[in-house]
Amino acid sequence: MSAPLSRDQEFLLPASTLFIALSLLAALLLNWLPWRGFWQALRPDFVALVLLYWCIHKPYRVGIGSAWVMGIFADVADASLFGQHALAYAVLAFGCIMLHRRMQMLDLRLQTLQIFPLLLLSYAVYATVHWQLHGYVAWGYFLGSVVSALLWAPLTVLLQALRHPRSDPDKL
Amino acid sequence: MEHTQSFRFFNRGPSPAVRLVFFLLLSLLLLFVDARYQYLEFARSGISVMIYPLQRLVAVPGMLWHQADAFLVLQGNLVRDNAQLRQQHGEDAARLQQLQVLQAENDHLRQLLAVQQRADYPMQLAEIVYTERDIFKRKLFLDKGTQANVLAGQVVMDDSGIVGQVTRVYPWLSEVTLVTDKDHPVPVQVLRNGLRAIVFGSGDTSELALRYMPISSDIREGDMLVTSGIDGTYPPGLPVARVSHIERDPAYPFARILCTPVAGVDRQRQLLILSGLPKLPERPEAVAENATDKSRKGRRRKP
Repeated sequence: MSAPLSRDQEFLLPASTLFIALSLLAALLLNWLPWRGFWQALRPDFVALVLLYWCIHKPYRVGIGSAWVMGIFADVADASLFGQHALAYAVLAFGCIMLHRRMQMLDLRLQTLQIFPLLLLSYAVYATVHWQLHGYVAWGYFLGSVVSALLWAPLTVLLQALRHPRSDPDKL
Repeated sequence: MEHTQSFRFFNRGPSPAVRLVFFLLLSLLLLFVDARYQYLEFARSGISVMIYPLQRLVAVPGMLWHQADAFLVLQGNLVRDNAQLRQQHGEDAARLQQLQVLQAENDHLRQLLAVQQRADYPMQLAEIVYTERDIFKRKLFLDKGTQANVLAGQVVMDDSGIVGQVTRVYPWLSEVTLVTDKDHPVPVQVLRNGLRAIVFGSGDTSELALRYMPISSDIREGDMLVTSGIDGTYPPGLPVARVSHIERDPAYPFARILCTPVAGVDRQRQLLILSGLPKLPERPEAVAENATDKSRKGRRRKP
């Protein structure tokens, strides 16, 4: 974390489309895990986090379109209205693509601070749609964005580690 | 690296802002169409078939945990439970005898009255596949769908009372809205005196509210509320809730009445889906109502 720039310039395997798709699928599955009671409010949004990761690191591969499609899948699984998650994820991806150059310059701690408002915005979009249609908002829902933001650093480290080549290229 | 990609010689399509606007409009259109009309149910059930295996896969760890939990039970607990169940069985058997006699008598009376409503309904057992993740609305997903002839509108209950209503059906799944869902109304009757009322969900799984009851209405704590069967969705006589708290404040026109659901709305794993509900005759058209009003007025004028 001390030298984010040099770390970012380390040699990473080119992200294959399969790897991106698998990571998004895994995030969807994590989102579908049953959460109960008090934990339901703290539930982080893994799909949003993985989308953010790819929007920052591969903005020309994963963008607003992919985010929207993931949102549609999330909508069907949650039985929410068509487009509710899609709308939130599209806004999230847009914000992230606008900021991706800045994000790449920051270390993980500062990235977390930049990402929290983005997540909050996407949560707010979801809650606003719900409020418009049903007339009330469960405020506990916003706790999820805090937990998600805290999970940003571990998730980035994990995905970066998965993209490292098996053998060390510096050996040569 | 990404830095080299920032020199773009090729057109990469529309700018992010244009894309955002496009997808925002698309989402809003979908939201509008889905909220107002029922056109998208086909697409929804198509996608649900695609993701059904994944949903089952995600439910596996929870199921394994439950199974392991059930397997590792203390022997003492088993002995105690067994004794308790035996005693319960004895009591139930005695009650069942009574019930059979009552049922026979009831059938006879119904035949005499030529009542078209049937006393018991065909049921099928369904298991909860997974519960709603969304904190806003607690819905359930059952493992029976159109393949098992489940229809939207059918009533879901457990062994003690009504749990909810099937609101959406997929090929192998059905979605249940709970009676405790925010503003979900159920027409009920007080068992003690037959008073008709409507009980509303409060969004909390342990509470229902009886609204629009005048302060003077004859209702007491501990009263049992059963479905009245007036709406044609819920069959008559099924237990819904028990009145738990009444507040009669003369400053308000209506009493504040809270009830607790009888059924284990958030506890059970297996539920019953009632099918073959009685068909009520169609509600007369509004035009016909006006016509009768007119004829009544006409009659009144004559004398």
